[in-house]
Amino acid sequence: MTTLSQAPSRTLTRLTGNTWIRFAARRAGRLVLSLWALVTAAFLMIHLIPGDPVRAALGPTAAASLVAARRADLGLDDPLPVQYVHYLRDVLSGDLGTSMTFNLPTSQVIGDRLPATLQLALTAFAVAVVIAVPTGVLMGVLTRGGRARRIELGFTGTSVALGTIPDFLLGVLLVYVFGVSLGWLPVAGHTGPASYVLPVLSLAIGPAAVLARLLRVQMVTVIEADYMRTARAKRLPAAVLYLRHALPNALTATITVGGLLLSAMIAGTVLVENVFAWQGLGDTIVHSILAKDYPLVQGIVLVYGVGVLLVNVMVDVAVALLDPHSTTIREY
Amino acid sequence: MAMNTPAPARTRPAPRRGGGWLAVLRTPVGAAAGLLLGAVLVLAVIAPPLWHDQAATINTGDLLKGASSAHWAGTDNLGRDLFLRVLVATRLSVGLALLAMLVAVVAGLLLGTAAVVVGRRAARLIAAVVDIAVAFPGLLLALFFAVIFGVGTTGAVLAIGCATAPGFARLTQTLVAGVVARDYVAAARIAGVGRIRLLTRHVLPNIAEPLVVNATIGAGSALLSFAALSFLGLGVQGASYDWGRLLGEGLDGIYVHPAAALAPGVAVIVAGLAFNLFGEAVAKRIGLTGTGQPPSRGRAARPGAAPTARTSAEASTDVVLDVRDLTVTVTGPDGPVRPVRGVGFRLLRGEAVGIVGESGSGKSMTVLAVAGLLDERLQVDADRLTFLGTDLLSGSPRDHARLLGSSFAMVFQDPMTSFNPALRVGSQLAEVSRRHGGLNRRDAAARAVDRLRAVRIPAAERRAYQYPHEFSGGMRQRAMIGMGMMGSPALIVADEPTTALDVTVQRQVLRLIDSVRRSAAVATLLISHDVTVVGQVCDRVLVMYAGRIVEELPASELATKARHPYTRALVAAVPDMRSDPHRPLPVIPGRLPDPSELPVGCAFAPRCSLADDRCHRHEPPLETDADGRRVACWQADAEPRRGSDFDSRADVTPPSAHKTDARTHSAADAPAAPTGERP
Amino acid sequence: MTELRFEDVTVRYGNRRSGFTAVDGVHLTVPAGEIVGLVGESGSGKSTLARAAVGLLPLHGGRILLGGKPLRQRTGGTRPVQMVFQDPYASLDPRMTIGASVAETMPRRRAGGTRRIDRRQEVSALLERVGLAPDRAAIYPAQLSGGQRQRVAIARALAAGPEVIVADEITSALDVSVQGTVLNLVRDLQRDLGTSMLFISHNLAAVRYVASSIAVMYLGRIVEHGPTEQVLADPQHPYTRDLLAAVPDARHTLADEEDEPTVRAAHDAEPADPHHPPTGCRYHPRCPVGPLILTGRDVCRTTDPGRQRPHHAACHFPGEPVALPTPAGASLRTHEQGDTAP
Repeated sequence: MTTLSQAPSRTLTRLTGNTWIRFAARRAGRLVLSLWALVTAAFLMIHLIPGDPVRAALGPTAAASLVAARRADLGLDDPLPVQYVHYLRDVLSGDLGTSMTFNLPTSQVIGDRLPATLQLALTAFAVAVVIAVPTGVLMGVLTRGGRARRIELGFTGTSVALGTIPDFLLGVLLVYVFGVSLGWLPVAGHTGPASYVLPVLSLAIGPAAVLARLLRVQMVTVIEADYMRTARAKRLPAAVLYLRHALPNALTATITVGGLLLSAMIAGTVLVENVFAWQGLGDTIVHSILAKDYPLVQGIVLVYGVGVLLVNVMVDVAVALLDPHSTTIREY
Repeated sequence: MAMNTPAPARTRPAPRRGGGWLAVLRTPVGAAAGLLLGAVLVLAVIAPPLWHDQAATINTGDLLKGASSAHWAGTDNLGRDLFLRVLVATRLSVGLALLAMLVAVVAGLLLGTAAVVVGRRAARLIAAVVDIAVAFPGLLLALFFAVIFGVGTTGAVLAIGCATAPGFARLTQTLVAGVVARDYVAAARIAGVGRIRLLTRHVLPNIAEPLVVNATIGAGSALLSFAALSFLGLGVQGASYDWGRLLGEGLDGIYVHPAAALAPGVAVIVAGLAFNLFGEAVAKRIGLTGTGQPPSRGRAARPGAAPTARTSAEASTDVVLDVRDLTVTVTGPDGPVRPVRGVGFRLLRGEAVGIVGESGSGKSMTVLAVAGLLDERLQVDADRLTFLGTDLLSGSPRDHARLLGSSFAMVFQDPMTSFNPALRVGSQLAEVSRRHGGLNRRDAAARAVDRLRAVRIPAAERRAYQYPHEFSGGMRQRAMIGMGMMGSPALIVADEPTTALDVTVQRQVLRLIDSVRRSAAVATLLISHDVTVVGQVCDRVLVMYAGRIVEELPASELATKARHPYTRALVAAVPDMRSDPHRPLPVIPGRLPDPSELPVGCAFAPRCSLADDRCHRHEPPLETDADGRRVACWQADAEPRRGSDFDSRADVTPPSAHKTDARTHSAADAPAAPTGERP
Repeated sequence: MTELRFEDVTVRYGNRRSGFTAVDGVHLTVPAGEIVGLVGESGSGKSTLARAAVGLLPLHGGRILLGGKPLRQRTGGTRPVQMVFQDPYASLDPRMTIGASVAETMPRRRAGGTRRIDRRQEVSALLERVGLAPDRAAIYPAQLSGGQRQRVAIARALAAGPEVIVADEITSALDVSVQGTVLNLVRDLQRDLGTSMLFISHNLAAVRYVASSIAVMYLGRIVEHGPTEQVLADPQHPYTRDLLAAVPDARHTLADEEDEPTVRAAHDAEPADPHHPPTGCRYHPRCPVGPLILTGRDVCRTTDPGRQRPHHAACHFPGEPVALPTPAGASLRTHEQGDTAP
């Protein structure tokens, strides 16, 4: 009997141990690979621009000598592989070049503006989750198995509409209603707690609608699952049934999308900051694209990209932790 | 048989396709979205020729005017009519969005279907690139590409196209992978079908529908992205204008002149919604997104008037379960349908009773109704439904929770899906005792380990801390039985408990159920489609057909003394290790009738070789004989004709006679309702 | 029809580190015009072997010969080995008429030149052959029942003019009342057309019904192979006996079976993990005549049994009935040939 029971179980333990180490190793490997791809893409960005970026930046009237001097400054006259090696070395040491418009180190410009963007994105995400999770769970329970058709139709319609309206348009509408018509809230700048309300709402409402709709569908699906019938056969009270048995399973399927929404929010700051004149990275990147301040564009793209990659790592880890059987672990 | 007139189907492949897109216009949401989309597209075509000149007319007398009857949305800083400008901008906004989507679709299709055409290594590289790209939000990619392609209309089209392509490629990859894994693609490969033909003939037609739907939704997103780029000043330049640009110019003056920002904003939202809603409506119509609604079931009434409930007068202590005249009603689109019709039986302490029948005969629904686990929208009526003397018809589920939770155990068919994947096995067991047995956390956990040991799960302490996916199928089914033994079970209901298991594991599980029954005098109700399994485990057998019990007899007499032709056919149709391999297997012609289309007389009559006029006109009652056996058949004691009443048909005839015979056979296992045939 | 022969066939999944061997050195012959039944539990590698036979999976070792010629060299044109799949709802393209599905498998060019008309006639003939009305060629699979779809799948396999058909669990997705019709069809095809077939199933009763010989697979290996009557009447490998004993039989209640605790422990043992096959004889952790029950049988733990025994049984102690724990070898000789089926 001992041989019987021990042999397969030892295998299992060893497997699980290995799986986690392998997961961590592979995930780290993928992160490094993605970072490398990101840095390379940022490097190539300047070189893929048709024509001479310096000439484009300085305008057609600039003196040829000035262009040449600036090219030499930026190291653009070196062979491409040499430039690439230099760029990699500089990025690794935290040197992102010098902004042409600010005449400051790019890293300093970014460092000044990053906190504002981060505050905006993270607050908006928290608000979206706080709105979406209870709503989605409640709607899922209410509309399980095709009940309450009217409520479902109303909810789905509203959430589709809210999810469709892009954040910057929502921002414009909110500005008009609460800023212009009612005059309750400030519509621009980064001044006090009140100034957060409109930008955060315009970022959060769309993703909250999407998340709530998805969570409802997941809840409805999970409630129909075989194991929920098992749980009902145990005659458990409704709260235990839905919160302990259904919610974790519905959430694991929602986390991936939640992560995508968070990265989309990071990018969404670009537009919303422009609507609300919020002095952050998004505001800056648009100005630097228009001003053809390529080192700064490069730097900000890198920062946004790293943010997105970090979010992806967090999502994968969260899925792996919450759902021990997830395909995320198994793929690695 | 309708099958012999294939004309309507021949005209167009897959009747759902055309029907899905058109039928969507008949739903309220679909009609509204379709109308909106049509309006936007018409406007995109006719607006520029009609109003282009007017919209460009500079009127220095009317600078920055608010909304008025002359200018519905006011004028801009050159006095041009904003409403007309918004209308004229429709063509550029929609056109550029469609153009960008076209770029995305072409690029996405090329990348996404590459796996079918190119070699394995190249496919993996493409998948890796798409993987990295898809992780970045579209707007970020669009900004990146906008820098490369330059600020301007062309740059923005390419930028949005390239930014949308990875997502589309990923979707295509997923869909292609789903189709390629199907057996029909394997069959085509075996048949020597080339890669390109595989792609065009098998893969693309089967993924086209979701791709088109998603491209429609994608066009809506592209429209919004374009508006965003133009709003930021990175899109349309110079003298041309689209909604995004109008919006960007209008936002600066929102305090003095809100209409200048709102009008183009509303236009963007309306057009975006039109694409999105139409796509979503079609997707929902053709079943791409789950809404959690069972498609065929109509909205059923909740249990209305309290069913006739009588208090148990003769609560014998030996009767575990007493069911009389149990009926389950579904309110369908064409009136009520009864998948279970007047089922009655009794289980005594320690007795094992089996229910057999084909899939769809109502056996699972019967036990779920008894257990109170049917969907609330199905109406359950009975003359009597008592468990251990307690009337389950009166009172709410909450009142019976403790009794049922501790004494009524259930084992379901698929052990892979019947445990909650997110909770540890031990805690799923322990929760029964915590809830109904009043045990604290530690005692409940100890009892769970003890019960796991009782169902012979090796290393039970450690196993209790594992998740279901770490258990094999047989072990999970044993754990499920252990869960039923957490309280003091009086009844184990097992619904096809071994169908998903290998034969050797099936034997383990059946023996476990058997030993639990013998050691603790637990009554067992075993549902199975396999007569041999039921015959092996049970004392008595109930045979169900089309929602009714048609025969009840001792299990030992199943093979020899069955009186109902259906029972005899069911026993004969399953080859066992004794059947004569040199004779063709007997088959039951025809199919189980759909509960909504039951024949007037005996439901089995259309498939029965003994059926006569009376069988087709009057449903036979379930009559009990002196030994307590029951049978519902007018011909119960008629001898089978020459012992061949369920001989196979087509298969024994020589090939020359196939012309006519094939037809009989085709009719034999035709589906009950050939849904695809309806015009 | 030609003979299909597997010679030392090995199929591996995954990469070197995390992969596993699903089929391990299998020798098996499907003689011309005969049906060979392949039985085994899930995870035994029988479906993998089937997919390797039709070229859907690459071989890691060994070769598959058709009429003496390696199968892999025949590329393009006709495919001499065809397959019928388990799930008839997944094996027909929902967007193709059943006639088109059948016609697609027909060889593109054939001696004499096949025109379109001929193809249509051929499709009709094939549908008729499997018991479907020929005028149904223009309908879609959605309009057919499971049993009818499986007939179409068989017609599609026949359309290629195959030398061998591999049938992978073709009855297990069907309702009991329909399984018989498909089994009858398989028998008819073998009798009338002389089709060679590898008939894979977990259902011994079904295999017994159609196959002239039976091969038993366990954890990637064939552990016993012989004529159907002999294997069923006089099983040599303990796993074959276990499988036979597990076939439900309404005339035997479970209580009739032996209940000796150690033997029962062997029966209750978990199926082995194909990722980590046991050493020596792969069946030893579950074997009722192995080291678990009988002392002194360590050879099963250490040495892989060869196949030079009756029915090529891969067992050190073939033909031995399940016995109470006795000193090793006591009951060996007496029962080697004598143990017939009940």
